[in-house]
Amino acid sequence: MCATMNKILSSIKLYLHYVSINIRSMMQYKTSFFLTTIGQFMISFNVFLGIFFMFLRFSSVEGFSYNEVLLCFAIILLEFTMAEIFARGFDLFPSVVRSGEFDRIMVRPQNEIIQVLGSKFELTRIGRMLQAVVMFAYGIAKSNITWDIPKILTVFFMLISGACVFFGLFLIYAALCFFTLDGLEFMNVFTDGAKEFGKYPMGIYGEKILLFATFVIPYTLVQYYPLLYLLGRRTSALYVFLPLCACLFLIPAMLLWKYGVSHYASSGS
Amino acid sequence: MKKYLSFFRLRFAMGLQYRVAALAGIVTQFFWGIMEIMIFHAFYRTDASAFPMTLSATTSYIWLQQSFLAFFTAWMMENEIFDSIVNGNIAYELCRPINIYNMWFARSIANRLSKAVLRCFPILIVAAFIPAPYGIAAPVSIGHFLLFIITLFLGLAMMVSFCMLIYVLTFFTISPQGLRIVFVSCVEFFSGALIPLPFFPEKIRQVMELLPFASMQNVALRIYSADMNRIEIERAIMLQIFWLVVVTLSGKLLCKAAERHITLQGG
Repeated sequence: MCATMNKILSSIKLYLHYVSINIRSMMQYKTSFFLTTIGQFMISFNVFLGIFFMFLRFSSVEGFSYNEVLLCFAIILLEFTMAEIFARGFDLFPSVVRSGEFDRIMVRPQNEIIQVLGSKFELTRIGRMLQAVVMFAYGIAKSNITWDIPKILTVFFMLISGACVFFGLFLIYAALCFFTLDGLEFMNVFTDGAKEFGKYPMGIYGEKILLFATFVIPYTLVQYYPLLYLLGRRTSALYVFLPLCACLFLIPAMLLWKYGVSHYASSGS
Repeated sequence: MKKYLSFFRLRFAMGLQYRVAALAGIVTQFFWGIMEIMIFHAFYRTDASAFPMTLSATTSYIWLQQSFLAFFTAWMMENEIFDSIVNGNIAYELCRPINIYNMWFARSIANRLSKAVLRCFPILIVAAFIPAPYGIAAPVSIGHFLLFIITLFLGLAMMVSFCMLIYVLTFFTISPQGLRIVFVSCVEFFSGALIPLPFFPEKIRQVMELLPFASMQNVALRIYSADMNRIEIERAIMLQIFWLVVVTLSGKLLCKAAERHITLQGG
């Protein structure tokens, strides 16, 4: 017991060390950091403008008002951005495999996942994070939710589990790199696509998408259904804990990663 | 002219090699199209009277946008060009007896064209079989279709000449990052990539339609489903030609100025 605790603690310490190296090296190029941060902000700010102008024309969409959609967009953006800040190393994984860098990771006496996580700490995403936080505050202030403990817990669970779902997707993407490096762009549909289209409550996309986004990749468990509970359209206490079920998605993702690592045949030079 | 044509052929043939990437692109674009259409459809169901275009014109717009994404995405600039300016490889190109502006123009067009050729047909064919109003409708008339093709290529030229302006300005700023961010965001917002221009409020739209960004995808994609009347089409094509000339000429002049005072980076 004590030994496992020690191992976990040392892993955390190692990870924090990686993070500090990453931040220090990024700060060597301050202008570049600054501009990339602004760029990230502008991209998602444009998405916001798209929503804004649609709602100048329409007062609601499928029963969701502007404020409610903003809250929904803010939550999915926070979830995705948190995952991306921490797990960007997996997003950049093709180049690690292609260059043979993964050989070096494997010979080190540390967990591979921690090393890949530590390889990149994408602080430039705080531009987008800031926007998400502002929209989140606005959405919360304007959407007339009466807050109580279960609802606060729900939001908390949504954010944590949502970040886990996206982390799982990044992990699957990286695991697929062990088998092929070609044509993996289609995975963008599930990561960037979910960020892009998760801006509206998933319910508006119809029955089939809703089923897919519940049982195949559990987006709706961290977006649509808990949102309905927040807005008071569902009352069962089950909805508070629903987001946590989405964390189960990490299990197959982790298994695929493990299988990929054992399947890894070196490349590069 | 022959030189630039062979540059064009070379790049075009190179672009056609990336077939797996194209397949992945097709899947992504197809999915993107479906999801976009579902969003607009949801708004349509909620309040059809506030819809500024017909539903079928909107879906055709989206399918064409996804099919010709390679023509009109701003972020798809040539990193090789930026790199050559930053690391000094541009020296080799300056030694050659060619006009750098024309060469880059030819290769940018070839790149975008080869990407679009690989991607557009599968998307268009599948979209044509999706039942109305969700699929792509047939063109309204042969005249509209011809005008669509003409304005599509004018839009491509417009897009490329705008990118050229960014490449040339990089001679002065060295780092392309800042310019790129501003440029990409402006194109996304003003060109109708985000939401088609008719969805903006009337007054804002009138101003937006005069900007050079509106001469990119906006014109062709709306002519296809006759979302513009005759007078609007005439005005839009005139504006396209006007902006194309202005932007290309200023790009060329800037390029001349830059070539005179060029500092080679790297070593």
